[in-house]
Amino acid sequence: MLSPKSPKRLEHVVGATGSVILGKEGQIRLALACLLAKGHLLIEDLPGVGKTTLAHALAQLLGLSFQRIQFTSDMLPADIIGVSVFDRDSGAFRFHPGPVFTHVVLADEVNRATPKTQSALLEAMEERQVTAEGQTRPLPEPFFVIATQNPSTQIGTYPLPESQLDRFLMRIELGYPDRAAERELLAGVDRREVLAGLQPCLSPEELLTHQKAVRAVQVAEPLIDYVQALVAQTRESPDWQVGLSPRAALALLAASRAWAWLEGRDHVLPDDVQAVLPGVACHRLHAAGESAARLTPTEVATRLIEAVPIP
Amino acid sequence: MAKSKPQAVTPSQTWWLLAAALSALLPLTPHVPYWLSALALTLLGGRAVLNRTQRRLPARFWLILLTFAGSAGVLAQFRTLFGQNPGVALLVLFLALKPLETRTRRDGLAVIFLCYFLVLAQFFFAQSIATAAMTVATIVAVTAALGSLADGRARPADLLRRSGLMLLQAAPFMLLLFVLFPRVQGPLWGLPRDAFSALTGLSDSMAPGSISNLSQSDAIAFRAKFSETPPRDLLYWRGPVLTEFDGRTWRPEGRLALPRLAYAPQGPLIEYEVTLEAHAKRWLFALELPGNLPSDSLMTGDYQLLARTPVTTRLRYSVTSHTAMAAGREESSAVLQRALALPGDFNPRTRALGQGWRDQDKTDEAVLEAATRFFLTQGLSYSLTPPLLGRHGVDEFLFESRQGFCEHFSGAFVFALRAAGLPARVVTGYQGGETNPFDGYFTVRQYDAHAWAEVWLKDRGWTRIDPTALSVPSRISQNLAAAVPAGSPLPLLTRADLAWLRELRLRFDAVANTWNQWVIGYNPERQREFLNRLGMRAPDWRQMTATLAVLAGLVLLGLTAWALRQRRRVDAAQRAWLRLGRRLGRRGLPRTPWEAPLAYADRIAVRFPESAAEIRAISALYGRVRYGNLDPVLLDELKTRIARFQP
Repeated sequence: MLSPKSPKRLEHVVGATGSVILGKEGQIRLALACLLAKGHLLIEDLPGVGKTTLAHALAQLLGLSFQRIQFTSDMLPADIIGVSVFDRDSGAFRFHPGPVFTHVVLADEVNRATPKTQSALLEAMEERQVTAEGQTRPLPEPFFVIATQNPSTQIGTYPLPESQLDRFLMRIELGYPDRAAERELLAGVDRREVLAGLQPCLSPEELLTHQKAVRAVQVAEPLIDYVQALVAQTRESPDWQVGLSPRAALALLAASRAWAWLEGRDHVLPDDVQAVLPGVACHRLHAAGESAARLTPTEVATRLIEAVPIP
Repeated sequence: MAKSKPQAVTPSQTWWLLAAALSALLPLTPHVPYWLSALALTLLGGRAVLNRTQRRLPARFWLILLTFAGSAGVLAQFRTLFGQNPGVALLVLFLALKPLETRTRRDGLAVIFLCYFLVLAQFFFAQSIATAAMTVATIVAVTAALGSLADGRARPADLLRRSGLMLLQAAPFMLLLFVLFPRVQGPLWGLPRDAFSALTGLSDSMAPGSISNLSQSDAIAFRAKFSETPPRDLLYWRGPVLTEFDGRTWRPEGRLALPRLAYAPQGPLIEYEVTLEAHAKRWLFALELPGNLPSDSLMTGDYQLLARTPVTTRLRYSVTSHTAMAAGREESSAVLQRALALPGDFNPRTRALGQGWRDQDKTDEAVLEAATRFFLTQGLSYSLTPPLLGRHGVDEFLFESRQGFCEHFSGAFVFALRAAGLPARVVTGYQGGETNPFDGYFTVRQYDAHAWAEVWLKDRGWTRIDPTALSVPSRISQNLAAAVPAGSPLPLLTRADLAWLRELRLRFDAVANTWNQWVIGYNPERQREFLNRLGMRAPDWRQMTATLAVLAGLVLLGLTAWALRQRRRVDAAQRAWLRLGRRLGRRGLPRTPWEAPLAYADRIAVRFPESAAEIRAISALYGRVRYGNLDPVLLDELKTRIARFQP
């Protein structure tokens, strides 16, 4: 069991990633929390804001193997999970594992592929194993998918349906960097060089231990009350079209634990819940009313937070 | 400060407003002119169409025109714009017009309040249980409409549920106000219209058929509450006394101002309370003969009990009676003279009969004896549909048709006695009645209407003789149904073959009576009586108001406790934290209910940088104690540090 001091090492991960992705500490922490909670991450933003770099940096700093899959509209499920090829030497079919057999998968522009291909990845994410030609093969541990998605208003995309979105523990947006960060980016050294020079801070085994420790972070009765009150509000209030599911409530709790662990605590505070709420809840919630479509995730989360007193 | 734009009413809110207006208007439609009802419903319908098609509301000009035209119509109908009926008519008109100019929430509120007001107007016209139930339904609908104005997105079922719940929560206050609010004598807002609806009842004259008509009505004449119900043959409820006869119709003595003669009480005293239905006449009914008179009543020379004004609302009075009394032994000769008067040229055979009795027997008692014997043996029968009688009605009844109702019996008996020289007169009223098994009230209905005779004997004064009882004893010993031939058309309640219907009706009567006694009839006396029973001796309005305030406070406390019961018990750490929030709130940094501990600490740290470290430590400690493992030592530390924290 790790002591609450252990997350100091994780702070290094946050700091080092921050040296690559400038001015995005909040998003980096959320991404790391998502990884610690054994969830998957969906990054939704315009091309060129650093989605790939973030995934790459995280993988490298945690000493994990990394594969990038660029989704295209002509992609097939086999392109992800692998294919069996007849081997003349042995006279049998041999499975060639697809790019999904790795620790960190960057599924780039997942909404460019057809729904069938998307669902192949999403099933692998959920089951943490791949079944091909009647044989089930486990995926490596830890297994972490960072999918990126262009905003669905763009042409030629297949937006993920709600049921698929629900498989991602969090959805975050990177957004444009602020002026100072962008200036540093423009004036400084090439980020790819920085990335290449990153040294792992953690071993995969250590990461697994952290994941285990996160699950042991204490959640007290009043905190469960709070999570329940939040979820109940989304179900009862006319502000929302559809309320949060029990799975969403579990996700909220898991993410809050990871956040508390990152913050160096062995118990979850309402602060942690509120911190992860935009990432966890917003892709599962649709605000009702005329102006709802224009609300940003932060605004949606604020609306929910301010509607529920902390018990 | 920028003026905010008035909030527009959404279509769904408009539907609610229209529904509320409709529910407030519909019960009033029978009570306003027909053209106005039609106009109001048309206007609401028009607004509904506009709402459905989302078209523009009519221009102000048309609304002003409609307002003036409608008001002119009301003026033409009632000749005035003031008073109860024109007032209600005008409000109906305005409520129907208002939705046509309802664009903003504020207009919507005006519609709602107009609805609430008109709901009350229903009580001008009726105050029955059904009316009350209808008003409750209307108030639920109107309150739901008010709710929709506050929360435009709520579902209709939720709005109705909320509205019902709010009314339920208000019910204890309503009850308290009802019971304890100091009462004033008489109805608050004039006479309800239904006071005049119960106009069936005895009239002040009696011709063949006038009482048998009443036998078809099972409407309630009055109710009485006895401590012990007297035997049936004593239950003669005295009403109008008829002395003058013109050959066909009996009328009361109108010309002589009769002095009231003393009478000596005899026999046991019967105490009871009568609740008389409105009948628009002055008579009060009491058992023969009343002893202590009810307040605000008087007794005439022929022992009729009269109210000072016609009874136009349900009236409750206490009275006592002595069933055996010698009255009027010193009757004036003028009165006796009039009690002997017979119109000329009528009923020669009966005149001869009476003359014959007098010739045969010299004493009055003997004549009376002969007359009684005649009625016993003549073979007269009781009928609800006696044959029509001609000019010599008494003769035809006694010697030819021999079928009649109590008015025939009493009229013929008095006529015959007068012919024999005995002063006699007809007394009308009610005979009998029955106890409602469900509430114990003794109920007298219109079909219990009866007429009997009173004869003056020198040493006994006015003596009651019931000729109907002589010929048809079952009318008195049992009831009407027993006295008439089988198959006669009878009111449902008197028929033995419809027991279940009878029971249902009696149950309903009992409920309606409870309502009348305790809700409609809750007057200052009732209030005093009730509060006495609750242990408040001689309550005056100050004491009542104080009690009202205290009890209302208690009810409020109870409701609050009930609402708080849902909330989890605040634990010690949270109490300390909330205390800190309140204390800093006084310095302009209140904790918002949704603010998490560390976030609040950050906000405080920004405001009081020198205390930043301490408040961060406190909030972390609070987090540990409340959301981590509860350590009593840490809890004490938290309490101390919060108490000491003074930025």
